[in-house]
Amino acid sequence: MTTTPECACSCGSSPSGKSDKPKFHEVLGSLAAVAAWWLVYRNLETFAKWFTYRVLRMGQGSHLGAAVEFLVYEAPKVLLLLTLVVFGVGIVRSFFTPERTRKLLAGRRESVGNVLAALLGTVTPFCSCSAVPLFIGFVTTGVPLGVTFSFLISAPMVNEVALVLLFGLFGWKVAALYLGTGLAIAMIAGWTIGRLHLEGWVEDWVYKVNTGAAGGAGEAPTTWRDRIRYGRDAVKDIVGKVWPYVVAGIVVGAGIHGYVPENFMASIMGKSAWWSVPVAVLLGVPMYSNAAGIIPIVQALLGKGAALGTVLAFMMAVIGLSLPEAIILRKVLKLKLIAVFFGVVGFGILVVGYLFNLVM
Amino acid sequence: MEVKVLGPGCTKCKKLYEQVDQSIKQLGLSATLAKVEKIEEIMGYGVLATPALVINGEVKVSGRLPSAAELSSWLTTAAMAG
Repeated sequence: MTTTPECACSCGSSPSGKSDKPKFHEVLGSLAAVAAWWLVYRNLETFAKWFTYRVLRMGQGSHLGAAVEFLVYEAPKVLLLLTLVVFGVGIVRSFFTPERTRKLLAGRRESVGNVLAALLGTVTPFCSCSAVPLFIGFVTTGVPLGVTFSFLISAPMVNEVALVLLFGLFGWKVAALYLGTGLAIAMIAGWTIGRLHLEGWVEDWVYKVNTGAAGGAGEAPTTWRDRIRYGRDAVKDIVGKVWPYVVAGIVVGAGIHGYVPENFMASIMGKSAWWSVPVAVLLGVPMYSNAAGIIPIVQALLGKGAALGTVLAFMMAVIGLSLPEAIILRKVLKLKLIAVFFGVVGFGILVVGYLFNLVM
Repeated sequence: MEVKVLGPGCTKCKKLYEQVDQSIKQLGLSATLAKVEKIEEIMGYGVLATPALVINGEVKVSGRLPSAAELSSWLTTAAMAG
């Protein structure tokens, strides 16, 4: 059992430039890109109407017309938002290397540490293949176990791609709910694990590992030119990988928008079915997908009348709790601790699911 | 020159190994290239993210793939230093 599961993450690749000063044409190019982005974004709705009803000559108010207009408007809109946010997050991430985050968290008291770790988890570049070195590097240099868990929970679960897609397709309220509850789960679950004092359930060899005192980080981007490249590479890497999922999701959404009767899913995943939340979580754990892959399903479910809390719980279980990650972490955690980890986070997701079904 | 690629075997780690291997051949340098997959040994270099590249005992990059230009500049510098 030495195989490591593939991980659907992107540790960006970024070339660092030789000179610090951005060249004139680079500045000009960036400004032009921002202006073009804004122009296209502002005029999308008008364009979609014009294209659907004038160019394709579809009937106003027809099912097909509504579906096509939705597609022509939503697909570029979401991709534009995604590009902007991934670029922005890429630049933010160039400030937060794992090494810097560790320094911020080392020796922190719990509670404050849990909050900080959950927040840093969202902006620190992380990929699940690095979960093991990161875990060891954290706990052997004075980051409390519970605080480390807050980081490990928030890093995959609170995902910028999911955030943008939720914002673009369902509005800011759903996006804010996802962000807020994801952070809350990471903080509380990590704090709980810390309270339980489970250090003994970490594999014994972990605390004996001699981590290089110097702490090799290599070269991190330091100049603005590097950071902009880092952001650009993140766009190339992430948007280049997820755009087919996004478009597929919107095509499904467009189909639903025009055709499928509403409340189709209401009886199975609606608010009245109390068991739907635990079933959604149990179904979500063995499924392993990146955020972009899960959104089409989310959209289909919501569009057919599934309850928001149930769908949110399903999505969080899929991207936040995954079996491959458990297998990777098994190297450093005893099975009991993995069970506690999944149990506590799963419980948190359940609570979120029920809470939203109750209040929304 | 001693070059090591640290990584438990994920996609990016394999890619980095190939990248380094190619770069060394292209530059015509004499170097021993090794892949370090044991986590205890990886941790000895103090890296928090894989893949990582170590040239003559010094961590050059971790958690990302370097560009071809970066890579060849590190390799040639290290080769000139001995």
